Amino acid sequence: MGYHWNWSVFLQPTAAGDGSYLGWLLTGLQWTVSLSLAAWLIALASGTLVGVLRTVPNRWLAGLATAWVELFRNIPLLVQLFIWYFVLPELLPQRLGDAYKQSDPLVQQFLAAMVCLGLFTSARVAEQVRAGIGSLPPGQKNAGLALGLTLPQTYRHVMLPMAFRLILPPLTSEFLNIFKNSAVATTIGLIELSRQAQQLVDYTAQPYEAFIAVTLLYVLINLTVMILMRRLEHRVRVPGFVGGGQ
Amino acid sequence: MKPALFAASVLSALLAGLAVPPAAAQEAATLKKLKESGSITLGHRESSIPFSYYDDRQQVIGYSHELMLKVVDALKAELKLAKLEVRLMPVTSANRISLVQNGTVDLECGSTTNNLERQRQVAFSTSIFVIGTRLMTRKDSGIRDFADLAGKNVVTTAGTTSERLIRKMNEDRQMKMNVISAKDHGESFLTLETGRAVAFMMDDALLFGEMAKARKPGDWVVVGTPQSKEAYGCMLRKDDPGFKKLVDAALAKAMTSGEAEKIYQKWFMSPIPPKGLNLNMPLSDDLKTLFKAPNDKAFD
Repeated sequence: MGYHWNWSVFLQPTAAGDGSYLGWLLTGLQWTVSLSLAAWLIALASGTLVGVLRTVPNRWLAGLATAWVELFRNIPLLVQLFIWYFVLPELLPQRLGDAYKQSDPLVQQFLAAMVCLGLFTSARVAEQVRAGIGSLPPGQKNAGLALGLTLPQTYRHVMLPMAFRLILPPLTSEFLNIFKNSAVATTIGLIELSRQAQQLVDYTAQPYEAFIAVTLLYVLINLTVMILMRRLEHRVRVPGFVGGGQ
Repeated sequence: MKPALFAASVLSALLAGLAVPPAAAQEAATLKKLKESGSITLGHRESSIPFSYYDDRQQVIGYSHELMLKVVDALKAELKLAKLEVRLMPVTSANRISLVQNGTVDLECGSTTNNLERQRQVAFSTSIFVIGTRLMTRKDSGIRDFADLAGKNVVTTAGTTSERLIRKMNEDRQMKMNVISAKDHGESFLTLETGRAVAFMMDDALLFGEMAKARKPGDWVVVGTPQSKEAYGCMLRKDDPGFKKLVDAALAKAMTSGEAEKIYQKWFMSPIPPKGLNLNMPLSDDLKTLFKAPNDKAFD
């Protein structure tokens, strides 16, 4: 289709005069990775807490946790992002809101995207934690309580360690998803990997090279995550338990 | 599948894609395609007021769009077709070049600057408009020119020439601006309106267009020395001189016959949808020159 291939485009100095186009891609990679990791920490911490709360005997706490999951799971990610970025600062008191909006836009974009992705994923993590706990034989909880452990201690020392081993494979998928979902941050202007690809297209008019390079970088990120998670699975396995008894 | 194996197969799939020889024959044949299919696919913008945008009934209207329809009429007459079905395809700043290249869109008239990088990938018709890149700001913001922007937040639309100019200015003059790149002109203006940025840099005609859409158009002004002059053209596939010749001839005829100026008056000097506001942007000398002697030259 008459396309003019030019793979050396990555080594050319940028039209904006700040390094090479390869440098742009690497900056984009940095933002994607740091955004995803930060959001993952939020997702894991709040998702675990909410997932545990969904299984506790207290009806109020369980109800609250259910509401959390339904809220963050049922609103489209893009809508959530726009609410965090565009709507929330308008709800702050005027002077505080204005000061926030005049601050470094990169920080605003990163914060909004991090909180949004983190909470969105927390709902999904919570469901998996709940499923993991639910799939344990009821005897484990009873045994813990019979030993004289309190309920929180039973969760901490008996149920969660087993539940987490059970849900490691689906958690890996969520971890992979967060990297892919991080591309939504491009809609509020965060210059992450997929935005850099678009910028490259705008500046160089070489769309295929740019998108192929970015695709490879996403594959690379996800392969790394998969390998690391598989190692972790291997390392923490309990002989005689799921996948551990060979 | 092992990760390494997976990577290898993805890579080989991509490389296989690259190895496909370009189908050069299909290039010179946009006209043939129009004849055979009896249809033409036109690329248009969604919010480039007043060039190409949706009105409140989701119909595509605008200055560039009207000129594009003139071209379609001319093509129909030239090819002696009883019927030429028009298919409309919305495009964005980021995907318009690829869509023209890969054959999805046959002709795109919106607000696309004709420049040398883009000429390597697509062909441009006779220019249809000339703009300058300037700033829109709140009347009482105290911003009068680009120098006033040092250390402030400035918004522009991703994928535009303005984005490139302002980033370069920021590097060259060490102005410490924070440049926000919004995804379209509507979002850029929202960023300006909500106070996230003190100024919005864009093609002057588009700034006037955003102003016409604003809740209170009187709150905003367009200021600053134009940072660049740019010619808008319609994009078509490269290496198809037969098609380009017909498109150019139709546009040139509209310009020299005075028809283009009438269309200009309609979109820039009279009330336009969606709010019935008048952009009040008098015909510039550059545009007058273009109408007298139509050409497809880029300014850079």
